[in-house]
Amino acid sequence: MAHGPAKGLTRWLYTTNHKDIGSMYLWFSFAMFLLGGVFALVIRAELFEPGLQIVEPELFNQMTTMHGLIMVFGAVMPAFVGLANWMIPMMIGAPDMALPRMNNWSFWILPFAFAMLTGTLFMDGGAPNFGWTFYAPLSTTYAPPSVTFFIFAVHIMGASSIMGSINIIATIINLRAPGMTYMKMPLFVWTWLITAYLLIAVMPVLAGVVTMMLFDIHFGTSFFDAAGGGDPVLFQHVFWFFGHPEVYIMILPAFGIVSAIIPTFARKPLFGYSSMVYATSSIAFLSFVVWAHHMFTVGMPLAGELAFMYMTMLIAVPTGVKVFNWIATMFRGSMTFETPMLFSVAFVILFSIGGFSGLMLAIAPADFQYHDTYFVVAHFHYVLVPGAIFSITAGVYYWLPKWCGNMYNETMGKTHFWLAFIGLNLTFFPMHFAGLAGMPRRIPDYNMMFADWNMLSSIGAFLFAGAQILFLYNVIATIRSNNKATAEVWENPEGLEWTVPSPAPYHTFSKPPKLS
Amino acid sequence: MDANYKVTVKLTILVVGMFVFAIFILPPLYDVFCDITGLNGKTGKQYKAVSAGIDKSRTVKVQFLATNNETMPWHFKPMMSEIRVHPGEEIEVKFYAKNPTKNDMVGQAVPSVIPFKAAEYFHKTECFCFNNQPLKAGESAELPLRFIVDRDVAKTVNTITLSYTMFDITAAKAVSINN
Repeated sequence: MAHGPAKGLTRWLYTTNHKDIGSMYLWFSFAMFLLGGVFALVIRAELFEPGLQIVEPELFNQMTTMHGLIMVFGAVMPAFVGLANWMIPMMIGAPDMALPRMNNWSFWILPFAFAMLTGTLFMDGGAPNFGWTFYAPLSTTYAPPSVTFFIFAVHIMGASSIMGSINIIATIINLRAPGMTYMKMPLFVWTWLITAYLLIAVMPVLAGVVTMMLFDIHFGTSFFDAAGGGDPVLFQHVFWFFGHPEVYIMILPAFGIVSAIIPTFARKPLFGYSSMVYATSSIAFLSFVVWAHHMFTVGMPLAGELAFMYMTMLIAVPTGVKVFNWIATMFRGSMTFETPMLFSVAFVILFSIGGFSGLMLAIAPADFQYHDTYFVVAHFHYVLVPGAIFSITAGVYYWLPKWCGNMYNETMGKTHFWLAFIGLNLTFFPMHFAGLAGMPRRIPDYNMMFADWNMLSSIGAFLFAGAQILFLYNVIATIRSNNKATAEVWENPEGLEWTVPSPAPYHTFSKPPKLS
Repeated sequence: MDANYKVTVKLTILVVGMFVFAIFILPPLYDVFCDITGLNGKTGKQYKAVSAGIDKSRTVKVQFLATNNETMPWHFKPMMSEIRVHPGEEIEVKFYAKNPTKNDMVGQAVPSVIPFKAAEYFHKTECFCFNNQPLKAGESAELPLRFIVDRDVAKTVNTITLSYTMFDITAAKAVSINN
C-alpha cells in the first residue's frame, strides 16, 4: 500500500493526492498574490504624488480591475482551497479527498483561466478596465473587446470553485473518521463546510451574471440595456447577490484558521466552540439578505434602505461573538507569540477595525457621503488583508513544519510579521482619512489636499510588498533546511493532523484513526 | 463510493438550479417587483382607461423632461414643459423629435417617473415609447403621449416629473433585422 509520489512533471499533472494538489493550489495562489501585488504597486506608484507620472489613466483603470480580480479569485480563494485540501482530510482522519480526480481537474483549469485573464493585458483595447465589480454598462456597452475573454475566465474560475466545493462537502459528509461527529470537527472544517455551501449557492449566480453580459454584448439581448427594456441596476442586484456572500467566502475559512491557532498558543481550549459554529452559520445566512448595502445610493425606497441597513448591522452580532470568543480564549492563557500567533492576534485586532468601518458604512444616510470614496477602499482592505491574507499567512507558518518536516526560521518569521503589520497599517489607515475628506476611488490623479495621505499609503505598500518577498524566502529556506520538526511541532496542539509524523507521509489515515 | 455519488448529484442539481435562478428567474422577478413598487420610476405597460370620474378638487403638476442618451444626435424636447391636471382626467401632450443627421436612424425613448411612489399611479393610455421611433435623415415628428394620473395618487404628491431618455438603437435594430 505504501508508495511514494511518482517522479517528474507527470506527478503534478496526474496527481490525485490531496497533499500534492493542496501544495499546487498554495503555490499558484502565491504566484497570483505576487502578480496582483505588482498591479497594486503600479497603482500606488502612480498615486505617490498628484498628477500623472507613470501610467496613463486607461492603464491605471486596467490595473485597479486586474488587481481586484486577481487578488479575489486568484490569490485568496485558491489559497483557502489549498489549505482545505491539505488540512481537511488530515483533520477529520480521512485518507484523501472524496473525489480525487475532480480535485485534480478543479486545480488544473485554474492556470488556464488566469493565463486568459492576464493575457487580456496584451490585447487590442487592453485588459478589462471596469473595476472588479464590472458594473454594466461599463462592462457591456463600453467594455474593451477583451471582455469576452474575461467572461470565459470567470466561467472557468467558477467551475473550479464549484468542483472544489462539491469535493469538500462530499469529503466532510462522507469521510469523517468513526466518532468524528459534526460537533467534534475542528472549526476550520466547519467554516469550510459552510463556505463550500456558500460557494455552491453563489458561484452559479456569478456565472449567470457574466453569461447575461455575454448575451448582451454578442447576441443582442437587453438584460442590462435600458434602450431594450433592460435595467443596469439589475446588474448590480444580481452581482451583489453573488458578491456579498463572496466576501464571506473570503473570510469564513480565515475564522477557522485563527480558531485553530489561538488555542494552541494560549494553551487553552477554544472558548465557546458551539457558539462559534452557530455564529458562522448565522453570518452565512445573513450574507444572503444584505447585498443591497453596496448600492444604497442607487435610488432605493426608504423601506429598502432601512431593511438592508438593519440586516447589515445585525451581522455585527455573530461577528462580535467570534471576536469575544477569541479574546476569551486568550484571557488568562499562558500565551507565547510565535509567528502564527502574531499574525492571528493581529487578525483579531485589525479585522475588528475593518468591521467597525463596515458598521460606519452600513449606516445608510452616512453611506451617501462615504460611497465610492477611499473610505470604502480602506474598509475592505482592512477586512481582506489582515483578514484573509494574515490568516492564510498564519496558517502557512502554523502548518508548514507539518507539510515539509522542517521548522521555519522564527526570527525571519517575526521580521516578516512586523514589516507586514507596519506596512499594512501605513498603507490602509491613511486611506480612511483620504476617504472621509472625499477622495474618490479608482482615480489616477487627485486633488493636492490628499497628497500627504497618499504618499504615506504608497510607502506602506512598498514596505508590505517587501515583507512578502521575505515570506517567500523564508518558506523556500524552510523547505530546504535541515531543522527537523517534531510530529507535534507545537506544545500540545489539538487535532488529528499532529498525530501523524512530520513531514506528513504521502498517504495518511489509510486506516481511520481511533478517536478517544 | 455510492455516498459520494449521491452528494455530487445533489450538489450539481443545486448548482444548475442557482444558475437557472440567476438567469431566468431573477430578471423577470426584478421586473415584476419594479412594476409593483414603481422602483426606479419604471412605468407600466399600456393602460386601458376606466371611467372612474375626475377629481376636480385638486390638481397635480406634471413636468416633462427629454434627454438624449450620450451621443444621440437627435433634437428631442417636450412641446410643453409642464401642465396642471386633475387626477382621473386623460391628457394628450406631444414631444418633438428631429433626426438632423444624414442617416436614417431608430430611437427608443425610455420613461422614468419621479417620485417613485407616483410611478404606479401614472398611467399611459398611449405612448410613443411603447414602440421604437424610426426617423429618416432630416425627418422630424411629433410624438404623442396620452396619460391619466390615477385618482388614488397620494395627496402628498403635488408634482410628478416624467423624464424620457432617447437611446440610439440603430445598430441594435440592424442586428435584429440581420438575425
